[in-house]
Amino acid sequence: MTTPRNKFDKVCGILDRYERKPAQLIPILQAVQEEYRYLTEEMMTYVATSLGLPPARVYGVATFYSHFALEPKGKYVIRLCDGTACHVKGSNPILEVLWKKLNLSEQKKTTPDLLFTVETVSCLGACGLAPVVVINEEIFGQVTPEKACQLVDDIMAKEKN
Amino acid sequence: MQTLDLKQTRNNYENAARSITRRIIICAGTGCMANGAMKVHDRFVDAIAKAGLPVTTELKAEHTRPAKTLVSSSGCQGFCQMGPLVTLMPDNILYTKVTPADVDDIVTTTLINHQPVDRLLYKDPATGHSCRGTDDIPFYTRQTRSTLKACGALDPENLHEYIAGGGYLMARKAYTELSAKALCDEILLSGLRGRGGGGFPTGRKWELTRVQPEPKKYVICNGDEGDPGAFMDRSVMEGNPHSVLEGMMITARAIGADEGYIYVRAEYPLAVKRMRKAIADAEAAGVLGDNLFGAGQALRLHVMEGAGAFVCGEETALIASIEGKRGMPSPKPPFPAQSGLWGKPTVINNVETLATVPLILAAGASEYRKQGTPGSPGTKTFALTGHVANTGLIEVPFGTTLREIIFNIGGGVTRLDGTQDPQGFKAVQIGGPSGGCLTRDHLDLPMDFDSLKGVGAMVGSGGLVVMNQKTCMVRIARFFMQFTQNESCGKCVLCREGTRQMLGMLDDITEGRADADSLALLEKLANAVQKGSLCGLGKTAPSPVLSTLRHFRAEYEAHVHGKTCPAGECKALARPEINPALCKGCTACVKKCPVNAITGERKQPHSINASLCIKCGVCAQTCKFNAIAGV
Repeated sequence: MTTPRNKFDKVCGILDRYERKPAQLIPILQAVQEEYRYLTEEMMTYVATSLGLPPARVYGVATFYSHFALEPKGKYVIRLCDGTACHVKGSNPILEVLWKKLNLSEQKKTTPDLLFTVETVSCLGACGLAPVVVINEEIFGQVTPEKACQLVDDIMAKEKN
Repeated sequence: MQTLDLKQTRNNYENAARSITRRIIICAGTGCMANGAMKVHDRFVDAIAKAGLPVTTELKAEHTRPAKTLVSSSGCQGFCQMGPLVTLMPDNILYTKVTPADVDDIVTTTLINHQPVDRLLYKDPATGHSCRGTDDIPFYTRQTRSTLKACGALDPENLHEYIAGGGYLMARKAYTELSAKALCDEILLSGLRGRGGGGFPTGRKWELTRVQPEPKKYVICNGDEGDPGAFMDRSVMEGNPHSVLEGMMITARAIGADEGYIYVRAEYPLAVKRMRKAIADAEAAGVLGDNLFGAGQALRLHVMEGAGAFVCGEETALIASIEGKRGMPSPKPPFPAQSGLWGKPTVINNVETLATVPLILAAGASEYRKQGTPGSPGTKTFALTGHVANTGLIEVPFGTTLREIIFNIGGGVTRLDGTQDPQGFKAVQIGGPSGGCLTRDHLDLPMDFDSLKGVGAMVGSGGLVVMNQKTCMVRIARFFMQFTQNESCGKCVLCREGTRQMLGMLDDITEGRADADSLALLEKLANAVQKGSLCGLGKTAPSPVLSTLRHFRAEYEAHVHGKTCPAGECKALARPEINPALCKGCTACVKKCPVNAITGERKQPHSINASLCIKCGVCAQTCKFNAIAGV
């Protein structure tokens, strides 16, 4: 059973690593998110109190930067590049296909089973390969709607086994 | 800590390099990596060992004979379209689109029998001629690669190789032979202008910071390359991280800074890793530390990973972000040179600017000025993407024309399926969300900071997105407006609310709801947003709209008045129709239609039920007789 003390052990370790400096708020939140996959209200309040900052300030930073997630993300985060190069080479049909296949939308980014999250990013800087899809850390170039479906099918098949 | 002896390191490296008979360089830029470059790398190591040849993956100073083959990886070699790229030295052969299955053939044919593998060489589409290497391929021969020269050849994670190529010699010169004033003067004389977009003279920025009486100063490298369609800074940080550090060291010396930050976009994990390793290696070797080159000055550098906010590319917002706050810009003055990070004088330079600094010191300001134009000296890297045959990273002197870049280096315009389209050129978008569009009329315009400003565009960070005739310019304007609307930090009302309203108006135009007043209203609001915003993001957010309105007004008018999209991209305006004279009644479209909107007897002209049709365009793509138009 998780006791209140050890629940925050990992966060304390992160805070210590950054010497509990308020200036290190962004790297601290990045490390907390890496550990827990998203930022809960409880975590943000804990971080704020530890750094001597108002919780509103931490919440403000967490909501300002797009990399911070306040809701849990799926095991597989599919990031579709919608930079200019990917856009003119047809990233939109790929997004539509992924949304349709996983029953997601602009508002609903994560599947209920927490397996997939579909997001768009402004540019991944891999424009030479447009359109680009990144699944977790792996980059796929010159993706077509069919190829995107195949990638999702492959993951689903892998997860079933 | 001991200071590294650059000459000794260079000698050791060169001695060790004598034991290398051949070097195989696998491009490990993001593009090639995504196409499996590391598998090719590993396969080479295995295949060479299997063939009984001695092989190594790292060149170490203690290496001696017997002779070996070195398999190394490099940063982006630029020709992303043809990746994964493999370069063989000293043969200077460039193999394109190499897969692990090709490796055995290369080992047998080239390494053992000294013959090129013809099928993997680049074929010039214009002449059909097989090009052996970079000295033979028009994509490379027409460029002037100086900032990118080492990027793509050297191993980015090997400090000794950077030093062997003359690296850190200019940093040493700056710390041991030149005064801070002399450094600022030299850079001012060179005419170097900031590569991040604005084109502010770097030497002047340094001088403004140098003269501040405050003893504590900072140097910041702006690697928050957020413009969609740009990846120059990423390639430099990944491909030659030590050149960025050396530029920062020289900057620190020129302004008197002892601490610095490298702010890297979070989408660039490899750049973060390479910059961190470069700093660690430089510190371990005594290049960076408390006593640089024995001159008694210290420099500590940190890497800060961004958290996904485009506005942080703006210098005051970037500073707020390093301080752990929301990245919101603040009014200037005071300029960062007067009051920057933690209120101390701060210089912020872009990655490419910093990587150029050591090259200027090495060549001398007057030699540097020989390239480019009088107002914009030197070379500039561009990310060439979109509907163009050779996408990739290029570098040309300022003053090069768009025609040279798109048709000679880029190999011409392509259709969506990748085939050549000689008449296809419509526009090129330059400078990302702050920039504008250039058209056929600008193909012979020499590209530099001032001439582009004159036609309502800007160099920006250097993203060049080529667009063919099938691209709707209103949709492109909408695309950028959505981007800036999303990224507006919300501080200024006109930026926050104005971009939202402009986006709504563009939606009306692309979806057929616009009326006669829409364009005038859009223009009026665009001008207001320009005037009423504090930072560069808001001031330039309307640029893509104003620029497309200026050059493609007829296309806007067709959407507004004619309710048609000339490029055929706006689905809401599409009216698919079957021409009964051309329709043979083959039923192919009936089978393909996902919503069963097409009906008709076999061998009789078909028709489309407009109330069911979702305008997906599948029918038009399927029809062999070109009988379906309007979608």
